[in-house]
Order: sequence, then C-alpha cells, then structure tokens
Amino acid sequence: MNSLLASLDRNILTLVTFLPLAGALLLLLVPRRDRDIRWLALIVTLGTFLLSLHLPARFHAGQPGFQYEVNQSWVTSPPIHYHLGADGISMWLVLLTTFLSPLCVLISWKSVQDRVKEFFLLLLVLETAMIGVFLALDLFLFYVFWEATLIPMALIIGMFGHERRVYAAVKFFLFTMIGSVFMLAAILWLYAQTGSFDYVTLQEAIRLGHLPHLHSAMLWLFLGFFIAFAVKVPLFPFHTWLPDAHFEAPTAGSVILAGVLLKMGTYGLLRFNVGLFPDESRVHAPWIAVLAIIGIIYGALVAMVQPNLKKLVAYSSVSHLGLVVLGIFTFTAAGTDGAVYQMLNHGVSTGALFMLVGILYERRHTFDLQQFGGLATPMPVYATFFLFITLSSIGLPLLNGFVGEFLVLSGAFQARMLYGILGATGVIWSAAYMLWMYKRVFFGEVTNEANQAAPDLSARERIALWPVALAALAMGVAPMLWLASIDPAVGAIVRSAAPVLARMVGP
Amino acid sequence: MSAITILDYVRILPELTLALFGVLIMVADPLLGEQRARPLGVIALLGTLASLAATTWQAQHPGPAWFGMVRVDSFSLFFHVVIALVALVVVLVSFEYLEAQEIRQGEYYALILFGAVGMMLMSSAVELVLIFIALEISSISTYVLAGFRRRAAASAESSLKYFLLGSFATAFFLYGVALMFGATGSTEIAAIAQALRAGGATSLVYLGVALMLVGLGFKVAASPFHVWTPDVYEGAPAPVVGLMSTAPKAAAFAVLLRVLFAADSPGWFWPLWLAAALSMTLGNLGALVQSNVKRLLAYSSIAHAGYLLVAFAASSEIGVSAAIFYAAAYAAMNVGAFAVVSHFAGAGERYVEMDDYAGLGRRSPVLAAALTLFLLSLIGIPVTGGFFAKLYVFSAALQANLVGLVVLGVVNSAVGAYYYLRLIVLMYMREGNEEQPAIRVPAGLAAGLALSAAATLYLGVWPQQVLTYALESASALLH
Repeated sequence: MNSLLASLDRNILTLVTFLPLAGALLLLLVPRRDRDIRWLALIVTLGTFLLSLHLPARFHAGQPGFQYEVNQSWVTSPPIHYHLGADGISMWLVLLTTFLSPLCVLISWKSVQDRVKEFFLLLLVLETAMIGVFLALDLFLFYVFWEATLIPMALIIGMFGHERRVYAAVKFFLFTMIGSVFMLAAILWLYAQTGSFDYVTLQEAIRLGHLPHLHSAMLWLFLGFFIAFAVKVPLFPFHTWLPDAHFEAPTAGSVILAGVLLKMGTYGLLRFNVGLFPDESRVHAPWIAVLAIIGIIYGALVAMVQPNLKKLVAYSSVSHLGLVVLGIFTFTAAGTDGAVYQMLNHGVSTGALFMLVGILYERRHTFDLQQFGGLATPMPVYATFFLFITLSSIGLPLLNGFVGEFLVLSGAFQARMLYGILGATGVIWSAAYMLWMYKRVFFGEVTNEANQAAPDLSARERIALWPVALAALAMGVAPMLWLASIDPAVGAIVRSAAPVLARMVGP
Repeated sequence: MSAITILDYVRILPELTLALFGVLIMVADPLLGEQRARPLGVIALLGTLASLAATTWQAQHPGPAWFGMVRVDSFSLFFHVVIALVALVVVLVSFEYLEAQEIRQGEYYALILFGAVGMMLMSSAVELVLIFIALEISSISTYVLAGFRRRAAASAESSLKYFLLGSFATAFFLYGVALMFGATGSTEIAAIAQALRAGGATSLVYLGVALMLVGLGFKVAASPFHVWTPDVYEGAPAPVVGLMSTAPKAAAFAVLLRVLFAADSPGWFWPLWLAAALSMTLGNLGALVQSNVKRLLAYSSIAHAGYLLVAFAASSEIGVSAAIFYAAAYAAMNVGAFAVVSHFAGAGERYVEMDDYAGLGRRSPVLAAALTLFLLSLIGIPVTGGFFAKLYVFSAALQANLVGLVVLGVVNSAVGAYYYLRLIVLMYMREGNEEQPAIRVPAGLAAGLALSAAATLYLGVWPQQVLTYALESASALLH
C-alpha cells in the first residue's frame, strides 16, 4: 500500500494533468451517441477530481518548495524540461479546476444539444491545458499550456455561444494571443540571457543576483509577463474582452472562464511577476495597485447599472479580480494569502453564479433583468441557492468570501491606508449591486407570466449546485484547512519582498 | 577515376526504385485500360514505400558515388525521406481525387514518381550540372502535372505560365552555373569551395551566385520571384499543388543550402535578407485579401518561404538546421492542408472559395479537424510542428543578431494568424448557405491525412529526434 502511494506521489501530477486529455482521445473513438458521450465526460472529469484529491491528502504543509515534482528532459536543445510541481498555491488552483469541471459537465447536460461530442472534447482538452498551466515549472512548458488553453476556449465560445459568439470568440482570441506574444518574447529573452527555462533555477539566480547584466532588461521582462497576465485577469484597462466573452459563452464556458481561466492571470502575476522579479514588482506596485483599485470600483459601478444579469456577473468579476491583484501587490503575508484565497473563492462563487444564471436562461431564454421578478415564488429552491451564493460572493461572515476579502483588505491597510479604504468600498459596492439584483430578480410580485411556469431545480441541477454551496460554507468556516498550505507558499514568494514591506509601512 | 561499383548504384537506389516503378506504371497503363486503372495508384504507392525502404538501407552506405557527382550523407537522406513521404501522401490523396475529376491516371502517377526522382537527386547531387539536370527532371514533371485538369482553362493557364516562367528561371540558373564554372574551373561543389577559398571571389563569381539565386528563388517562390505562384496554384490540380508547394520547394532549398553554404559562396547575405523580408511581408499581405483557398495557401507558401529564408540569413550551423527542420515541418502541414482542399473541392474543383468552407465542421468533422490542425501549425501554435519550426528559425536568427528580421517575422506571423483563423472561424462558427450533405472520407485520403497529421503533431510534441537529424545534416553539409 505504501509503495503504491509512493509511486502515486511520483506520478500524480502527470496523471491529473493528462487524464482529461486521455479521456478526450477516448471520446474521439466513441460513436456519436450523445448520452454515452455525456456520461463518459462526467466519469473522466469526476475521476480526475477524485485523483486530484490525492494532492492535499499527501501534501506536507510545512515543507517549503514544490512537491510531487517531476522533472524530465523534453527537448534537449533548447533545454526544455517537462517540469511539474505543486506548492500550496498551485495545488488548490488545480483542485479548483478539477472540482469545477464535472460540475460544468453536469450543467451542460441539457443545454448543449448540438455537436455534443465536440463540446465535451474541447472541455476535456481545456481541462488538461488549465491544470498544466498551474503545475508547469518550466517557463516554456508553461507557455505551451498557456497557449493550449486558448484554442479550446475560443472554440467553445465561438461554436456554442449566443448570438454574437463569433465576435466574442475572435476578440477573446486576439486579446489573449497578443498579450502572450509579449510573454513569449520575455521568456525567450530570459532564456537567451541565462540559458535556462527552469523556474526554480531562474528564481534562484535572480534572487542571488547572479545575473547582473540582466539588470537593464528587468523592466522589459517584467512588463512582458505583466501584459500577458493583465490581459488575462483582466486588469483595467485590458478588460474589454471579458464582458463580451462571458456574455456570449455558453454556461459551462462562462464557469470555466470565470472560475479558472481568469485565475491563470492572477496566478501568473503572483508566480512569475512577483516570484521572478520581486524588485521590479515592488517598484511597480503603486501603479498596479491603482489600476487594481480602478478595476474594483469601475467594475462595481458598471455592474450596478447593468440591465443584463449575465453581464452584471461578468463585471462583478472585473471588480473581484481587481481585489485579488490589489492583495498580491500589497506584499504583505495577509494580503497575498487573502489574494490566493480570494482566487479560490471567486472560482467557487462566481462559477456558481454563472451556473445559476445559465439555469435561469435555460428556462426563460433571456438574461434581461426586467423580464424577471418574484422568482422566489415559483422557484424557491433555486432562490435559496442563489441567495446563498450571493451572500458568499459579497463576503458574509462564515462564508468563503468574507475570509478572502478580510485578509486582502487587512493587507491593503497595512500597505497603505488609502488602498484599504478604496478597496473596502469595493466590498460595499458589491453588496449593493448583488443584493439589488437579487431583489429585482426574486422578490416582489411575479410580473411576467412566463416566470410563473418556470420549473424549480431538477435533481441534476441540484447535484451540480450542492458541491459549490458546501465548498463555500466549508471555506468560510474552516479556512485554515486551505490557508495552512497556502501561507508557506505565499511566504516563499513574499519573503523576497520583505524589505519593501518595511519601506511601505514604516518600521 | 575509379570504376563503377555496386555501391554507386546503392547510393542512387531510391531514385532508381522510383524510376523503375514509374516505368512500370507506364507499361501497365495501356494493358489495364482506362476503366481498371486503380492498380496504377497502388503501384505508385508501392514505389514510394520501396524508395523509402531504399533510403533507410542507403543510410548504412554513406559516401560519394558516380565520380563525385552524388553524395549520400545525413543531409541528402533527410530530404529523401521528406520527399518520399510527401509523394506518398500525394499518391494516397490522389486515389479518390483522380476519379472525381476524371483525370487519366497512368501518366499522372508516373509523373509524380519521376518528379520525385528529380527532387531526390537535387538533394543528393553535389555537382552543378547534375543539379541542373535534376532540377529539370523535377520541373518538367510538375509543369505537365499542373495542366492535368485538361478540361479546365485555369489548369492550362497554370501549366503554361509555370512552364514559361519556370524555363526562364532554370535558364538563369544554368547561366549562373556557367559563370561559376568560368570563375572557378569546376562544377563540383567541393572544388568550387576550394577555389573560392584559395582565389577569393571575382565579380564573375558574384554574378554567378546572383543568377543562381534568381533561378532558385523562382523555384521556392520567394519574393520578388513569386508572382507566378497564386495563378499556378489556383489552376493546377489540388493534390499536385500539395506536391508542388512542398517537395520541390524542399529540394530547391536543399540545393540553395548546398550552393550557398557548402560552396562557401559570397555575396548572398543582403539578397537573401531582402528576399526573406519581402516574401514574409508580401506573402502575408497578399493572403489577407484572398477569397479563394488555393490562392490563400499560395500566398501563405510565399510567406513561409520567407520565414525559411530568415534561417538562411542566419547562416550558422543552427540556422541551417533550423531551415532543414522548417522544410520538414512545412512539408507535413502544407501537404496535409492541400489534401483536405483536394477532397473538399469536389468534381471539377467547384468548392475552393473560402465561403464554401462555412459549416464544414458540421458536414465533416474529420476534414474540419484535420484542416484546423494544419492551419494552427501554419500559424505556429504550440504542440504543432509549425511552432517549433518558427521557434528554431527565429532563435537562430536572434543568435545571429538579425533582430530586424525577427521582429518583421513575428509581426508577420501575427498577420498570418488572422487569415488562417478566418478559415477556422468559417468552418466551425458559421453555417453553410444551404443544406449540404455530409462528406465521405475515403480510406486513401484518411491514410494521407493521418500521416500528415501524425507528422505535424510528432514534430510539435517530440521535435528532438528530427532536430537532431537536422543538426547532423547541417554539420554534414558544412564540413
């Protein structure tokens, strides 16, 4: 048994990463019977999730550095390695991905009726690429996975989305593609100067000051990575693709987009910008924090006036992700811990919100807020779930959002009082627009006849929603289960930024 | 001079095999008659497989042959394999195509094999006159093949245009050979290299190199000698275009590598730099405004010739190996793309407009997926051969400090992404105008597509092996 576990330890990352891809290949061979395909996709994603539970189960929270590492040569010239590893940050993001994927399959069970095989194929390929992004410790491998997320996501939006799907898909593709070209340039430049693509090696070399000749290039390298990630997050003013992509995407596409893809941006900022260039990050923290705060407030204000339910949730993402970026660039343990925790929260809560919005769309075929009202009467269970997730999203104590927001804001206050004050307004805004939205959709009289007949949640939909609700509760009640492994990983990244903390908050 | 031994024959065995099978087809053709011509394709298939086997066997017997006119080394072997595989795919794709277009099969297959003989010989010849003869064998076969859709005026135009301009170009090349001979007293590459190192370069040499560049520039469709490409590709039968745009190009690039680097020729840097920059830019800009898929791929092939020339301009061993790798990756993805185009075109090549591809993802998921893979590779998206090909080319150019060319190349790649993506968007995100029937994928085409798709993915996931071969080839060429 022990030897089995030990050998699983060695191969777990490869298995988790490529199981969905293997499932996709299997799917290729299955004849086009939609039912079989859905079940197969569900089994594969569930299997991946169960397998990924091995990660936290055998994770040594106190141990610094990366665990479950695999490091093999992939291409010898240039020296590209198949180097995967998980720390407390990436492990939980992987779990978020594997957790949301089966739910996406469930939520698409009925809503995707056309080209079912293609849909689930793309979803599985996308899952592999996303997990790879979080685990890759070779810059080149990271880039490969990063780009590999692009095509399936664009196709999911463009093939299965709503009316203006092609426009949204192309916009999404172009924004991300152009952003990542800068990152590729930075990666290659870094390689040309150092002869290595390895994250750990590069981080050590830069930290120890072994690369003095790189000093003048640091700014450009930092910006190269920053643009790619800022587009993905999306940070104001690179956010314009997001509402379109979210609005046009099918429900599962939105869930994955909000739940995981945006986290790739914030993860990248933390892992590569802060991790590789701590000095540059400190220097640029003020204006990045300002952009983040603009995003928080601007996203909230736009969400407030949205007449469209799905766009409202999309803009709330801009606002929430701004908070995550603010947390990262406070360079405090609390702020960055909170940022990572908030990434997971946002994945759970906003993923759930998009599922709920999608469920409503299946019944009413509209996102227009004016069409709704009084839904609590015909759909009581749905309304309860929606309320629960809304509260988790606006940070009610004992639910997950509270822990993350509290940590980020306390970090922001430590870093600079003004950041904290402005960031805190974001929390207030979000309570305002979410609750107002909730009131308009669920309370009052049923004004629209069509709403009266809307059926409540089906068993399948409940099965998809219970796990997120439970996760939101668990993460609110027992945050230490997560933070115990997040904190050391964050510490390893922020430790290098300690001097600036002293400079920013005084002795 | 030594006597001719059995080894001399072994060192041209792949060419001999192909020629033999070509003759066999010619003989069998009248015996079988037009109605029962299917076996001819099978003979051609066996011929390419046999030449592939001959190439692997030949690999154990490297060295010069035929009084130093031919040389078997890693370099020639690499290109032999590429050419044989391309011919294999083209033959597979042609099975169904020829019947749909009602093209006579005998000469068609024979000419493909004879053409491949010329191309293979181009990559192993180390003597300028033999190179010229090989070039002519390959060119004449393709001139005729371009005109095989006899009933279509466009095909006749294509053939005639290709023939006229091509003859001009080979004449330029021959003139260059003559001047080179006049300047150095030899037509053997090694002797020329020696003479050039010893005696330095005279103006005659520069002129000779320039003329040869013109001839070869035409063959690889590099700007400013590219204007024939769109018209010829548009009119010629689609599988033939698949062949023309890959195998003879790879062979011509092989010749270019020999003539420039093995012979240590001077004065090529700025012409190549200019040709690379122009080809990339004009190719991509031209492709942007096309509505015909064959013309689009024609302009794209010009652009890719440009990327390849960037590696030439880098001129180091790494640059040469990048060029070799690129030639292989480009052959895999482009012959695959044309395989899809050939089949989709239907009888009389009716469906070659971009708009015809709307909704292909629904009508034939297999064809659409295959074409998507090849287009993504042409863009240079990771996990495809096109990605590593571009990466190697641009990093070689960076190491040679050609920052300008690299920046131009990257910008061009971004422009290129746009028109390839347009086709993908059409296939998957738009609906066809009318209710079109599903498209059947016959076995031959499926095999051809599988082979090119496997090669494209192989080069994108495990590039190491081929890159090692490419590096060996480069060092075989340069030393």
